[in-house]
Order: sequence, then structure tokens, then C-alpha cells
Amino acid sequence: MLTIFLQFLFSGLTVGAVYALVGMGFNIIYNATSIINLAQGEFVVIGGLMMWFFTDSLHLPFFQSVLLTLLTAGLVGLLMERLTIKPLKSTDLLLMIMITISVSIVLRGILSFKFGKDPYGYPAFTEGEPFELGGAIIQQQTLWVIGITALCIVLLFLFYNKTIIGKAMRACAFDTTAAQLVGINVSQMVMISFVLSAIVGAVGGIAITPISLMEYDKGPMLAVKGFCAAIMGGLGRGRGAVIGGFIIGILESMTAGYIHSGLKDAVALIILLLVLYLRPAGILGSSAAARLRRF
Amino acid sequence: MNRGNALVLLAVLGIVVALPFISSSSYIITIGVFAGINALIAIGLCILMGYAGQVSLGQAGFYGIGAYVSSVLSQQYGLPVLAGTFAAMIVAALASVVLAVPSLRLKGHYLAVATLSFGEIINIILNEWGPGGPSGFGDIPRFEIAGYSFDSTESYFYLVWGFVAVVIIFSFNVINSRTGRALRAMHGSELASKAMGLDITALKIKVFILSAVYASLAGSLYAHYVTFISPGSFTLFYSILVLMMAVIGGITNLWGAVAGAVLITILPELLRSFEEFDVLVYGLILTLCLMFFRKGLVPLLIERVRMIRGALARN
Repeated sequence: MLTIFLQFLFSGLTVGAVYALVGMGFNIIYNATSIINLAQGEFVVIGGLMMWFFTDSLHLPFFQSVLLTLLTAGLVGLLMERLTIKPLKSTDLLLMIMITISVSIVLRGILSFKFGKDPYGYPAFTEGEPFELGGAIIQQQTLWVIGITALCIVLLFLFYNKTIIGKAMRACAFDTTAAQLVGINVSQMVMISFVLSAIVGAVGGIAITPISLMEYDKGPMLAVKGFCAAIMGGLGRGRGAVIGGFIIGILESMTAGYIHSGLKDAVALIILLLVLYLRPAGILGSSAAARLRRF
Repeated sequence: MNRGNALVLLAVLGIVVALPFISSSSYIITIGVFAGINALIAIGLCILMGYAGQVSLGQAGFYGIGAYVSSVLSQQYGLPVLAGTFAAMIVAALASVVLAVPSLRLKGHYLAVATLSFGEIINIILNEWGPGGPSGFGDIPRFEIAGYSFDSTESYFYLVWGFVAVVIIFSFNVINSRTGRALRAMHGSELASKAMGLDITALKIKVFILSAVYASLAGSLYAHYVTFISPGSFTLFYSILVLMMAVIGGITNLWGAVAGAVLITILPELLRSFEEFDVLVYGLILTLCLMFFRKGLVPLLIERVRMIRGALARN
């Protein structure tokens, strides 16, 4: 009984960790620009597929591959911001969201051209037998996924609270005009937010691919789940996205395990709707903040 | 409906009537049928976004309700197709009320995600409990009115665009009615219109119902045309596609929705020759359209025409 529960819990935590990373990516960009970047899922796919490309196709060593993959993702984020977001300088948020959707279509077009429609995977980070916890079998890669997510959370926290750039980005999130007045280069902060968010997404892709494989069209589904995670926790709240991501991941895996796999998305979405109706600004968000940011 | 819009409608209907005579290719007429079906949903979304200032990522849900309810009623219970279509519209309207009442307290991204969830939940319901499950079902009767069955592609093309004309006329009348003026006031400033004594919530719900009913009608027309439906046609991707149509055409003008729907329905067909590049080129064209025609094609066109006219008048 407990064994099965633990098994479901760990698979939920694994998926939830990726949702949390995607959700955090949403928040990084949202805080700097109020834009919801629906190409966020493609960053995860780029992470997984480029990692495969560098390790399995070019046979580069592990750490070089990781570095090159993150560099590629960061570059994609940078190009996306400089080529589409910056030239527009638009405050029409609906338009900006549509732009991110169309960019995601472009990215999918490139990925399907380069990689085709096959799923790709590579070996787990560490070889070795899966180990047991209370009877549940846990793969080593599962721990990597959860550990890397935790590391990302800590690093992002340190970045936002201890570095000058991080503090400047928080200032932009609070009040763009005021940030500009004290000499913060807002345009640069927006650019950094896209690069950072792309890298966070790619980290998720690199970590999860050995478990769940990666294909070119996985992006939209991941983006929707990550968006739901960010919304559930309260948009713009770093911790919120993490909590939201894990809640959605665990709900999905429990529903799939105990009720019926076809309903796993439905239960998570119904809970999300209930959270929205009862606490319109998300679990951690304040309603005042939700009123301030709107379309 | 003012004179300008009436003239545009006549021009559009002229093209529609002429098209089967110009081109005998049933391929082109078929694309025309789908363009009309998409236009119906886009018009609803256009009123919802451009006039009521609300966003929906769940239109595919209402589209699916329209398709499934009228198909099941006509195929399995032998109801006339037209009656099934009306029944579907009522079901969609009820569903939209259930969604709208709690959701319309939400704003912006939160409303977007609530409607998105609704659409996805409908899709999951169709997958799990719809006839045929994920693989769907067929043998749905063709659309018929008073014993006349629209079997040929041409007749169906006229039928769909006839509905588009009716919906356009109805929508323009709504926009120019007391309700429409209230809607524009609400879009301008919710607080001010509240102070003037408008019932904002009731207004929003009405528009939501209207857009859901249009989507349901489109769904029924789709199902009775292709005669085979599966949940795969009613996903979030379709909702986003319709949103794209409305935004690219221009949400501040109903004709924008029609133009956007026609363009985006034709575009993938034109890009067939690019083969494996087609998705890439499609995405690039959408991105460039959004970047360079920010207000949407139709509002931009109107602006240009006015500018030229003004320049001519000055000379």
C-alpha cells in the first residue's frame, strides 16, 4: 500500500520538478516584462534534443555537452528577445503572447527539420542499480532531476537576492519606470530574463530526457503545464511556481495510478480551476498584486 | 449595420457566390468551407476580445460540444440535423454560463488559464466518454434543412457562408445596439461604466454565451461536413489557432476575424510545396504578420484607406 503510494509520489515529484522549472521560467520573464512566454516549453525541448546532439551525435564529454546545450538555449532566448520582443516595444500583452506562440511554432519548425519526429534519449547521468525506499523502486536519474531542480531554485534565489543584476531585475518587476529612473538598464534586464529563462528550461530538458525521452513537439504540453503551475502558485512568485509544479505533478501521477490514466490531466485542471475560483491570485499570490497586473 | 459594412458584406457574398463558378476544383471549395467554419468561431472570439475585452483559450471546447452533441443526436437518436444543431447551441450556452459565472471574476492571464482548463477538460471528457473514445466516430449525416441534404461541396460551401453572413449581420446589430454600446463603454473603463449603472458581470456573461453559441454552430457545421469526428480536432491547438486568426485579422473589427480566418486557413495549403520547411515558414509568416501589422490586417487597411482618402480630399 505504502510502497505503491511512494512509487506514485516519486514519479509525481519527477514530473513536477520539470513543471516547476518551466513555471519558474514563466515567472522570470513575467516579472521582467509582464509577458507570458508560451515558447517556454520549446526551451525544455531544446535542452533535451541539443544534449542528445552533443553527447550521442558528436560524442562530446558530459560537462562540455551540458555547457554547450545551455549556451545554445541561452542564445535562442537572446535571439528571441532581440529579434521579436525588443523591436516591438509593445505594451499590448495579447499581441506579445501571440508573438511568443508564433516564435514557438518557428522553433518547432526548426527542431522538426533538424531532428525529425523521432523521440530521442541518452543514458542517465550516473550508471548503477535503482535503489529501494520503503519498497518503492527509485531510479538514480529521478534523484538527479529532483536534485537539479532544487539546485536551480537555490541558485535563482541567490541570484535574485545577492547579486546586483538580480536585484535590478527585481526592481524592474516592482516598478519599471522607477527602475529606469535609478539608472537600471531595463532593456538589458529584459534580455537577461529571456536568456535566464531559456537556460532554466533547458536544464529541465537535460535532466528529464533520460527518463521520459524528448521529441520536437513536446513543448506546448510542457508550456501549458508550466503555465498552470505558475498560475496555481500565483504568477510572478518564484516559490509559487515550484509549489504549483509539484502539486500538479503529484496530482497527475496519483490520478493516473489510483483512478485512471486518461483522467490525470483533468484532475489537475479541476484543482487548478478550484484554486483560481477560491483564491483568484493563486496559492501564494495576493489579490492586490493580481489586480495590478492585467492584460 | 451601416452602409460601409453592408457593402463589404455584399462584396464578400459576391466572391462567395462566384467562387464555385471561377474554380471547379473541389479542393479549393473545401478549403472555403473550412475557412467559413473558422470564421464563425473567430467572429465570436473577436466580439469577446475586441469589444468585451475578455480573452478565451477554450473556444475549442464549445466547438467540440457543437460537433459532438449535434452528431450524437442526429446519428444515434435520429433527430433532424437542424434540431441537433440548435440543441448543441443550447448545451454550449449552458456550459458557457457554468464557465463564465466563476471565471469572469478573473482577469488577464488568470482568465486565460481558466478558459484553457475548461477547453482541455471538455477534450478529456470527449476522449474518455465520447462515442468511440480517442478514435472518434463516423457515419454522421450531412447537414440538411427541410429535407434538402447539402451533399455536394458547393452547396455546403454556400450553406456555411450563408451562416457566416447571418452571424455577421446579427453581430453588427449586437455591437450597434444598446448592449454593444455598453460593451464598448466597459472595454474603455470598467469602473466608469459601473458608475454609470451598467451590470458588468451580466454583460460579460452575455458575450461569453454569444461566442460559445457561434463556436457550437461552427462545430455542428464541421461535424456534418466531414461526417467523422474525433477529440483530436477539438484541442487547445485549435483554440490558439482561432485566437491567432482573430489577432492577425484585427480584433477591433469583425471583418478582421473573417479575413484572419480565411488567411490562416489557406496559408498551410499554400505552404505545402515547402514540404519539411512548412512549419518553419508558417511560423515565420505568422511572426512577421504580428510584428508588422500589429493592429491586425483589417484595421490597418481601413487606416490606410482613410489616409489615402484624406490625402485625395486635400488635393
